[in-house]
Amino acid sequence: MPFGHHKEAPTFEFHRPTPGEQLIHFEHLQKSFGAKRVYDDLELDVRAGETLVVLGGSGTGKSVLLKCLIGLQRPDAGRILFQGHEVTGFTEEQFIPVRRNVAMVFQGAALFDSLSVGENVAYPLREHFPDMPMDEVRQRVAEKLALVNLPGTERLMPSDLSGGMKKRVGLARAIATNPEVILWDEPTTGLDPVTTQSINAMINSMKKKLGSTSIVVTHDLVSAFAVGDRMAMLANRRIVQVGTPGEFRRSKVPEVRAFLDARRVELEPGGMS
Amino acid sequence: MSPSAEVETPEVVDVAAPERPGVVERAKQRLESLGAMTQMTGQVLSRAVRPPFDLGSLIFQVESLGVRSLPIALLTATFAGLVISLQFGYFLARFGVQYTVGRVVILTLFRELAPVLTALTVGARLGSGMAAELGAMTVTEQVDAIRALGADPLRKLVVPRVLACLLVMPVLTVFADVVGLVAGALVVNAQYAISLDLFFKGALDAVFMMDFASGVFKGAVFGFIIGLVGCFKGLTVEGGTEGVGRATTQTVAITSVAVCLADFFITKVTLYL
Repeated sequence: MPFGHHKEAPTFEFHRPTPGEQLIHFEHLQKSFGAKRVYDDLELDVRAGETLVVLGGSGTGKSVLLKCLIGLQRPDAGRILFQGHEVTGFTEEQFIPVRRNVAMVFQGAALFDSLSVGENVAYPLREHFPDMPMDEVRQRVAEKLALVNLPGTERLMPSDLSGGMKKRVGLARAIATNPEVILWDEPTTGLDPVTTQSINAMINSMKKKLGSTSIVVTHDLVSAFAVGDRMAMLANRRIVQVGTPGEFRRSKVPEVRAFLDARRVELEPGGMS
Repeated sequence: MSPSAEVETPEVVDVAAPERPGVVERAKQRLESLGAMTQMTGQVLSRAVRPPFDLGSLIFQVESLGVRSLPIALLTATFAGLVISLQFGYFLARFGVQYTVGRVVILTLFRELAPVLTALTVGARLGSGMAAELGAMTVTEQVDAIRALGADPLRKLVVPRVLACLLVMPVLTVFADVVGLVAGALVVNAQYAISLDLFFKGALDAVFMMDFASGVFKGAVFGFIIGLVGCFKGLTVEGGTEGVGRATTQTVAITSVAVCLADFFITKVTLYL
């Protein structure tokens, strides 16, 4: 059940990180779904200001990692540290400041069907800043939609949008509160190559414009090499390698090699667009 | 080599459905589910009485769940009134006391048939609708998105629906009382030549406030059950769209059984009041 966690845990106040400092630390993480074990002693660090790509095959628990970070899933054992504060045992209420600073762009965008684009983007503002004047909310919504190249779409409904547009509205909604960390869950899955490229460009531009830290989980290697400062490979229930894209290209770790060799053509110099 | 020897025997693929859990396992799952629903009941009640109150959502749900259920509730009540009046008129005429039919009809309708039939017909519509809507939101990660954006799904989705059911069902029960009684009066007038005046006079002489109130109270309890079960099954959907279908049918089955059980116990208690 995703509701009601009453264990008391200390709250924390977010402070603006300096680039390169350790922002998030997954420590000895274990997670199972019934008999299926997803993580066995998973360890991973995320540094402020970087774009970390978590690679892995389908069903390896990449999305679960993001959900554990903001409390949408709970690990069975281990700790998650956010700016040195343990958030693992936080209640739903205690997670609110974390969620204000860590936004998630969902795989299918997860826009609210019954709300317009503008209302979707305004949603986190109304939740986190209930006293914000309506004019400011409207202005912030317009600004964020312009940032994702969808100006003037406030009145459209999610059903009027294409897959790529939905992802961009999902991003506008995620960045409405100016979060420090953006979690991208399979941002390019199911999109055509041109839209994929525009989403990759958007991930990079968010880093430049907002200075935010990003964690991108994907199995799309083209996208991974286009956006990643560092990469981590999730396989066999743990992180088997962390390194730069160059280190990954030269990797001799069998799981990484098998993953990369499956898409060798695209990874050859000049093979990627 | 004979031609048949060249044909390779196709590899046998095991396409059998996954093994169903045993009786003990299923009983354990049912108990866990019951426990989780009890926990959710407590959480919904505590949120329902604590601000902030979302009156707009409540009004929307009352309109959406209640007003649109009125035709089916009235239709059911009309035919219930017609049938029981015909039946009672027929049997009472055997003893020469058909003029007392109004008394019997009003008690049957007010105490039993109006609340129970309304709950079974309208409840199936409301419960399955809520399970399908929330189930679809769950599988498309919209419920996760609500949490990720710092809001509380119980407060946003469940409380307005449960309260709306709680408010709407007693009102529909009253409508069913009136319509069923009028339909009954008309049919016995046509069939057994019992005047409307005699029917209503006998009916109103026989009925006490407690008879009316017990039916209305039943309506409120049934509404609460329907709202809770529908929302719980929707929020705990697993297995994609197939899971949504399963949740809606389970909701209809569970609410029907729960309404009958609750009816028995409420009847037992109210008969002693």
